[in-house]
Amino acid sequence: MSDELEKLKAALKATEPAPDEGRKAEALARAMAEFERVQGSAAGARRMSDRPRKGAGFWTGATAMISRLTTRATLAGTASVAVIAVGIAVIGPNLRVPSGPRLEREVTTAPPPPASITEAPAPVVGEDRASDLAGGRARTDGEGAVADYRETVGQTEADAVTPAPAERLAEQETPADEPAPQPSATSEAEVTDELFAKVEEESAARAAPSVSVGLVAPSPVARDAMVAPEPDTEAYPEAEPNPLKVTAEAPVSTFSIDVDTASYAVVRSSLNAGRLPPVGAVRIEEMINYFPYDWPAPGDDEAPFRTTVSVMETPWNPGTRLVTVALQGQKPAEDERPPLNLVFLIDTSGSMQDANKLPLLKQSFRLMLSELRPEDEVSIVTYAGSAGQVLAPTPASNRAAILGALGRLAAGGSTAGQAGLVQAYATARGMAEDGELTRVILATDGDFNVGISDPGELKDYIARERESGTYLSVLGFGRGNLDDATMQALAQNGNGAAAYIDTLNEARKVLVDELSGALFPIADDVKVQVEWNPATVAEYRLIGYETRALAREDFNNDRVDAGEIGAGHSVTAIYEITPVGSEAVLTEPLRYGTPEAGSTESEFGFLRLRYKEPGEETSRLIETPIPVDTGEGGAEARFAAAIAGFGQLLTGATYLGDWGWDDAIALATTARGEDPFGYRAEAVGLMRLAESLSR
Amino acid sequence: METPDEALARAAGSGDREAFAALLERHYDRILRLGWRLLGSAAEAEDLAQDICLALPGKITGFRGEARFSTWLHRVVVNAAHDRRRRAATRTKAADGWGDWEIARRAEVAEAAEAADWLARAMGALPEDLRDTVALVLGEEMTHREAGEVLGVSEGTVSWRMSEVKHHLRALATAEEGR
Repeated sequence: MSDELEKLKAALKATEPAPDEGRKAEALARAMAEFERVQGSAAGARRMSDRPRKGAGFWTGATAMISRLTTRATLAGTASVAVIAVGIAVIGPNLRVPSGPRLEREVTTAPPPPASITEAPAPVVGEDRASDLAGGRARTDGEGAVADYRETVGQTEADAVTPAPAERLAEQETPADEPAPQPSATSEAEVTDELFAKVEEESAARAAPSVSVGLVAPSPVARDAMVAPEPDTEAYPEAEPNPLKVTAEAPVSTFSIDVDTASYAVVRSSLNAGRLPPVGAVRIEEMINYFPYDWPAPGDDEAPFRTTVSVMETPWNPGTRLVTVALQGQKPAEDERPPLNLVFLIDTSGSMQDANKLPLLKQSFRLMLSELRPEDEVSIVTYAGSAGQVLAPTPASNRAAILGALGRLAAGGSTAGQAGLVQAYATARGMAEDGELTRVILATDGDFNVGISDPGELKDYIARERESGTYLSVLGFGRGNLDDATMQALAQNGNGAAAYIDTLNEARKVLVDELSGALFPIADDVKVQVEWNPATVAEYRLIGYETRALAREDFNNDRVDAGEIGAGHSVTAIYEITPVGSEAVLTEPLRYGTPEAGSTESEFGFLRLRYKEPGEETSRLIETPIPVDTGEGGAEARFAAAIAGFGQLLTGATYLGDWGWDDAIALATTARGEDPFGYRAEAVGLMRLAESLSR
Repeated sequence: METPDEALARAAGSGDREAFAALLERHYDRILRLGWRLLGSAAEAEDLAQDICLALPGKITGFRGEARFSTWLHRVVVNAAHDRRRRAATRTKAADGWGDWEIARRAEVAEAAEAADWLARAMGALPEDLRDTVALVLGEEMTHREAGEVLGVSEGTVSWRMSEVKHHLRALATAEEGR
């Protein structure tokens, strides 16, 4: 070995840290507790009796059996012929928090003036909490920062991190940026522990968890995740509205269907909170698809969904037409559905403690549990303070065990578990059997640090897992930290849907009323391509689906991923087209262009759909011409148009002319139809709210 | 004679509490040490060790005896350290701050421990994959083949990486002489 390497080796050996006995004992004790919890709830090794794993030889089996015989009296439990396993994983606290200088150093070396303590949390928490926190301590000028912040949050897209508080913070923290000589490790630890204890008390007394995330991490495990407050909060995808296209130049429009509904719920929660939603949060297709529509359902021997194309006059422009393309998915009989394996991956970070997060999540899953059948299986994997599997695959019939595990979930702690997502997928793989459906359900308030923190890598990982046949759904909870962009991207990449749950009603809609649609895909990778006829259509514009655009050539490429359609789901897309000769044409005809002659003039365009039967590799093609037509449009199409108008009004309304809120409200009201669940009435209410807020 | 790790691990995987406790007791120090070599900070290593302790009960059921237990455990530690580094990278971006190595380095400078300082600089100068390799080959005294198994690369890659390490160290030495 060379000298260099020898020197390095010697240095490595010389400076080895001695284990801190206290921490070691603590770590071992916690590990044992965790071991008992995992083993206890795992009800023995079900995997051994039900499904021997490859590679586990006779000896493994024998050892396992002996140890089970000797250590557990629960042998009966292991022989259960459970068919379905549901797993739940939980994701921990604010994992994304920047680490910055460690608080403990800050405290010991340069106790910051009280003002910096009070002010720092302001950007993270609401005004009320900031003032709570300040109570008892000197707090003078925090108000200004808080006010700035709130205002900005009200109208920005997520990436616009409020400059004002950020600057202030930077100033406040300067002392900490210069690491002064450190006192000995022990005294440092003592001081910090005291500090923790103190702040913990305070925050517990107030039950304001986000404060504790901003300032402290209550448990020692979590210590490194606690940090300087994080001014950045919500993130939304950035996508410009689809521009107007000239048919002669680009006759083909291709996109993937989208069954997410998160955007509508986010918009609703913003409006109900008294502010207009960030523009980035408005995805018109998700708003349209939030509502159930009464499109004609497919017959028994047709494709899994039926396509309805209708043409109507555009409410906001008499010179153009709206072409509505609607897919209605088949609704298989409930008792024919295959057994389900669900793995819940749940965020239990400190920030999940708010009433509209973890508690709502628990209620939501309780609702859902009653929809499951005895042969389904559930598993819960937790993340953060309590890392790992909280509930081993358990038959849905064992409600007591599942409810118990759910009830024990507590928000707190903040160290990321190793790999919540990886573990969830691994659990899912273990549960999967032929003829069963396996799905990971990720529930979080926005931090997606689930063991893989690079967003690109996370997407790749999920895309790889998708190949294994496991689906992924993402449920968003709470506001303030919502990473809508990542949620959406993950669900898209993981063959699943993203929904945002702000109320128990919404939970019922997503997890009970539409459970089968949410959980049972009937067609995978559904792509839509419309070729417009230059002889009849001068210009066209796809409303929404900005984040779902596909390249023209991807339509026929079965390797390119696209959206899934679930049992009973419907998907609606709306084009606004300008017929040739209309005075509403916005672009000048080309002087030298020669539009294709000889094409048929009885068609506006030609619709092609590609989809795969779940689990298949090759896609099937459906083709339908779009006839030249000028109907009134049925109530369903008109309601969809009203929601499209609603979305455009929220995002800038470039193409709407004078058409305003009153028109949207009138249109939606007349097209409300039966509306058994009141969703449409609620939309009209939201439009009214938006109208008054936008004045 | 001591029960082999592999047997303990399998027993622990099927629920044997004593086996799990024995295994942890036997390996905690090694986890900590490797964590420190990978992360370069004692505090980080303690946290890492604790995370791993918490994760092991869940993971141990996945040990199937296809690899030696020590290889398997090293792999767990290396992966956990990677995750932690990645998180640190995202965080420091947000905080406009230092890498963990930088923190460690400054702390060490303050303590004026020359050897530690050199080590921090030497390790800090290495790209992450080389650092991992060094931690295993020099720190854990693994053969190139064993290290390759842990890292999921071939023996040849490990050897190549070690020669890269040499180059880096020589470059560092040259730079330091020039100061």
